Amino acid sequence: MNTDNLLLTYTLGLADNALIIGHRLSEWCGHGPILEQDIAVTNTALDHLGQARSLYQYAAEQVNGLPVEAKQNLFSSEALQANIVGGNAIDEDDLAYLRDAWDFKNALLTEQPNKDWAYTVARSLYFDVFQYFLFNELQKSKDVTLAAIAEKSLKETIYHKRWSSEWVIRLGDGTGESHMRMQNAINDLWPYTGELFKMSKAETAMLAMNVGIDLESIKVLWQKEIGDVLEQATLSLPAQGWMHEGGKNGIHSEHLGYLLAELQFMQRAYPNHEW
Amino acid sequence: MWEVFIRSKAGLDHKHVGSLHAADADMAIENARDVYTRRMEGVSIWVVESKYVHASNPDEAASLYDPANDKIYRHPTFYNLPDEVKYM
Repeated sequence: MNTDNLLLTYTLGLADNALIIGHRLSEWCGHGPILEQDIAVTNTALDHLGQARSLYQYAAEQVNGLPVEAKQNLFSSEALQANIVGGNAIDEDDLAYLRDAWDFKNALLTEQPNKDWAYTVARSLYFDVFQYFLFNELQKSKDVTLAAIAEKSLKETIYHKRWSSEWVIRLGDGTGESHMRMQNAINDLWPYTGELFKMSKAETAMLAMNVGIDLESIKVLWQKEIGDVLEQATLSLPAQGWMHEGGKNGIHSEHLGYLLAELQFMQRAYPNHEW
Repeated sequence: MWEVFIRSKAGLDHKHVGSLHAADADMAIENARDVYTRRMEGVSIWVVESKYVHASNPDEAASLYDPANDKIYRHPTFYNLPDEVKYM
């Protein structure tokens, strides 16, 4: 992808995080451990998809506004490029359904598989607390669209964070087995948290323009809150250590390809299909 | 099991809407929020543990409720209301 469009890259990063975690949570639909949590987790999935939609609409608007010559080679997907240069305006669906994996900018954490309930709520805890502090700052963005999306999303995120914290505490401070499985999930997903705070080129540029936020400054707040939740859950905070990275720059774990294959299948196989 | 009561808007009373599973009161309120208020049904939630709800016995329905059947004089329907009085 052309790296000159840094606001577009930044917007897509936010959008992709929301879409991919939302899709992961939606995989629980019909499979939740009890009816109440099946509904809770899919409600949350829909919140994430709603946020993704607003962000993709903004990204699509940016793409449509580019001069013709700047629209060349934006994305590797021929199907998407054909729509972009074909003269018609693209929309949020084009960006979600027609981009290839390496054009996705989501953090690796969001694409990690559900595995079991402990992994699902651990991933959500790490991500929800991150989103909470991110949206809190992004509300003050000089970019009015991003600020408005952040303000709306913050309300949803406060509830997401409450839900995932409750579950981590409940399972951590539960039975011997739930404690062990919760601790394993917390430990295994920990190496995916470092990337959240590592500033990409687009994030650095957007911070300089007072559009984006300083991830380093929210890292301290995130660590404090995660530490508090884990303490209440009688779980131990994993030691700092080596961290995975790459997702923000389009280098993903194997899981994203499978996820997108399922997510994008219909539009790829039956272009512009509606139902 | 928890019984869920939702207030649909300020000023109205809480109405029973159903029941759900939860491990404690906090979780019951969260579950009620997710299960029963997704379509803007409410502004306030009460949850009551089902075991604290004591119900009348259906077997006694005849003795409890049938006697009211022929006591129509208990309904205030025998008064002639002046036309000016509305909303009675």
